[in-house]
Amino acid sequence: MADHLIEVRNLSVDFHTAQGTVHAVRNVSWHLDKGETLAILGESGSGKSVSASAIMNLIDMPPGEITSGKVLFDGRDLLEMSSSERRKINGSRIAMIFQDPLSHLNPVYTVGWQIAEIMTAHGMPAEKARTRTLELMKRVKIPDAENKIDSYPHQFSGGQRQRLMIAMALALKPDILIADEPTTALDVTVQAQVLSLLEELQEETGMGMLLITHDLGVVAEAADRVVVMNSGEIVETGTANEVYHTPKHPYTKKLISAVPGTGKMTDPLATGIEPILQINGLTKHFGGFVAVDDASLTVLPGETVAIVGESGSGKSTLAKTLLRLEDASSGSALYLGRDLVTMPSDELFALRRDIQMVFQDPTQSLNPRMSVFQIISEAFEIHPDILPKPQWKNRVRELLELVGLEASHMHRHPHQFSGGQRQRIAIARALAMEPKLIICDEAVSALDVSIQAQVIDLLVKLQEELDVSYLFIAHDLPLVRDFAHRVVVMQGGKIVEQGPVAQIFDDPQEDYTKGLMAAGLSPDPEIQADRRRARAELLETTI
Amino acid sequence: MKKFLWKRAVASAISLICLIILVFFLSRLTGDPTDLFLPETATQEARDNYRRVHGLDQPLVSQFFRYVTDLVQLNFGESVRRAEPAIDPVLRGFAWTLQLATVTMALVTLAAITLGSLAAFHVGGFFDRVATFFSLMGASAPDFWIAIIAIVVFSVGLGWLPTSGTGSVWHWIMPVAVLFIRPFGLILQVVRGSMITALNSAYVKTARAKGVENRPIIFVHALRNALLPVITVIGDQTAAILNGAVIVETIFGFPGVGKLMIDSILQRDFNVILAAIMVTAFAIFILNIMIDLLYAVLDPRIRY
Repeated sequence: MADHLIEVRNLSVDFHTAQGTVHAVRNVSWHLDKGETLAILGESGSGKSVSASAIMNLIDMPPGEITSGKVLFDGRDLLEMSSSERRKINGSRIAMIFQDPLSHLNPVYTVGWQIAEIMTAHGMPAEKARTRTLELMKRVKIPDAENKIDSYPHQFSGGQRQRLMIAMALALKPDILIADEPTTALDVTVQAQVLSLLEELQEETGMGMLLITHDLGVVAEAADRVVVMNSGEIVETGTANEVYHTPKHPYTKKLISAVPGTGKMTDPLATGIEPILQINGLTKHFGGFVAVDDASLTVLPGETVAIVGESGSGKSTLAKTLLRLEDASSGSALYLGRDLVTMPSDELFALRRDIQMVFQDPTQSLNPRMSVFQIISEAFEIHPDILPKPQWKNRVRELLELVGLEASHMHRHPHQFSGGQRQRIAIARALAMEPKLIICDEAVSALDVSIQAQVIDLLVKLQEELDVSYLFIAHDLPLVRDFAHRVVVMQGGKIVEQGPVAQIFDDPQEDYTKGLMAAGLSPDPEIQADRRRARAELLETTI
Repeated sequence: MKKFLWKRAVASAISLICLIILVFFLSRLTGDPTDLFLPETATQEARDNYRRVHGLDQPLVSQFFRYVTDLVQLNFGESVRRAEPAIDPVLRGFAWTLQLATVTMALVTLAAITLGSLAAFHVGGFFDRVATFFSLMGASAPDFWIAIIAIVVFSVGLGWLPTSGTGSVWHWIMPVAVLFIRPFGLILQVVRGSMITALNSAYVKTARAKGVENRPIIFVHALRNALLPVITVIGDQTAAILNGAVIVETIFGFPGVGKLMIDSILQRDFNVILAAIMVTAFAIFILNIMIDLLYAVLDPRIRY
């Protein structure tokens, strides 16, 4: 057999927990060659990160245990080496970057110090390391690097932080870069920049790259080959094209069909209906900072209006002012003719029933000490006119069945459910109030793709049955494309464009919207290859 | 920054004023110092004279206003028991207590941070067991009992250490050791918990992926992040000792401000009590400011 840059053979890892032994990965084998990008694709809990952790010696033992397998690098088994030998390889020969660079950078040290540390830890003198740090920061295009070298992580944007992580990882020109969900926490336009930076650097250095991701778009953009993982096992391997166009395993097929952004777009609702919500010139200042600037939009009964925008665009603040979680600075928001912005608090209390919110992270938005029954029936306790107490149990049962859970679930607590189930509970909680408008703030962003599709289907079904309206706040464009009637695009607090979904996606007018659409990644490797070529040509012609 | 210091100063001044009012009137409830100071056989004339000299014949409210007026001019009044201004014995006592608190807390901090960090690095390991033992002891052992037992064993029984006073290094060992136990146990627990969180954090994972060795991971990467909650508790515990390690100072005859306060309360020496309270309150104000500034030094995200 030819020698690969790195090869994982029959790796099995167990985690011994209080609930019993979990087989995190079983019999996993893959290899990576020089200059190649291998993607490990999987949903949460698939074990896609475990082999990378094994390579980097990041598995805590106990509770972890490597029960079988080898990791061959340079003809030696990494798993047989002493921890000081592995420390010498970490960072210098094999480096790693992570999702969420903010929490992966130490908040109390300057970025310059942290980048230099990877070099000093491997024996480079401090002065030389600092010079090199500055070069690296310039290479990853950090503006004003000379001054920024002594800044702290919180003083950079999300995209810049990931560039700094990349600079750190590539400081010693490693043979292998492991990138664990490197763009997941980033906005689409920033994601595209980071991926093309990684690609450039790979061409420069010829390193092998292991890309761990849940996103078929990232695979299509960056990977040569793919390993698909499901519950700890490899279900399929092949080139990115093969796996997307001719998937063999049922799991891969399911995963690909669940990818949003390919279905039929919804037609706009008939006009001439009285809107349920009419926002006029809504503005919100935080001190001198204008978070929402003169926003106007309408929502019809039974309509889904999506607000899309990147982080900091003001989309969540807009939602919060509607619920009076933040007070608007000026403007009005008429709900059935009554102004939410100026309404006295007793009237607002009654109206809270009509407008409900579903939050991004159901793990945090559901009280962990309350049972599902308590969480849902709390609505009836707060608004006693909804339902007399003897009927609570029946209604909770109905609601659970409505969102696709079982009646027996009502005595359990949130931690006993999966992420998707928890979001269903959150939806049932919102529905208990019999609302006419539900504001979903990134309500499916934290969920896996296949679960996302299920929750969206549920929301569509509920809309058909109950004629409820949604204000759907999201950064994920393909998702919005499949689900919304109308789309509102926000940037820097302002609404830059709004219209029916087909118009925004097929014929965007504003440059910002066009850029946003272009930055999105298609799950189809061929389409992504075309886009890459087009980008490269564009670059050449402009030069 | 300036604004922050001002705000803190004003807030502290308000609590200090409330404290003065409370202590002034409460201390008067203990009775008239004349009864204690003059012999039982003293004539009524002598008593009246004594009251007049110390202003005790005035109505309580006018006594209070006279006291406050003097205070504004930094005049803390005379001690009725000692022929000297009330502030003098307080400053002498406070100097001793400050030394006691500094020595004790320096040792506590060093020991708790080292042992706590090592305990957190290997949860359930040797250091963790040692740490659990000490923190349990610190939380449960009553200091007056330990102090008395220590005197019985080391002074009376073995004759190794003096029972009281401040003459030599040997005199300090028992008071420091007894005061050490409780804050050590408490801070050890906080360090351990806080370090476990820090060592499980994402940036420590990054450091390991960079190939950084264990010692800098514990004492450079994790510790500085873990220290924020720790210094809050260190501040509280230092304040507790400054406030008068009353029992320990009394048992070991240590001439600190705690012992002075107890003596002055028993002697109804009101001006000394009030001066002692104000000096310690001011010290604690300074201590809190120092802790807030230390926060900003440790964590660049905190700016006032």
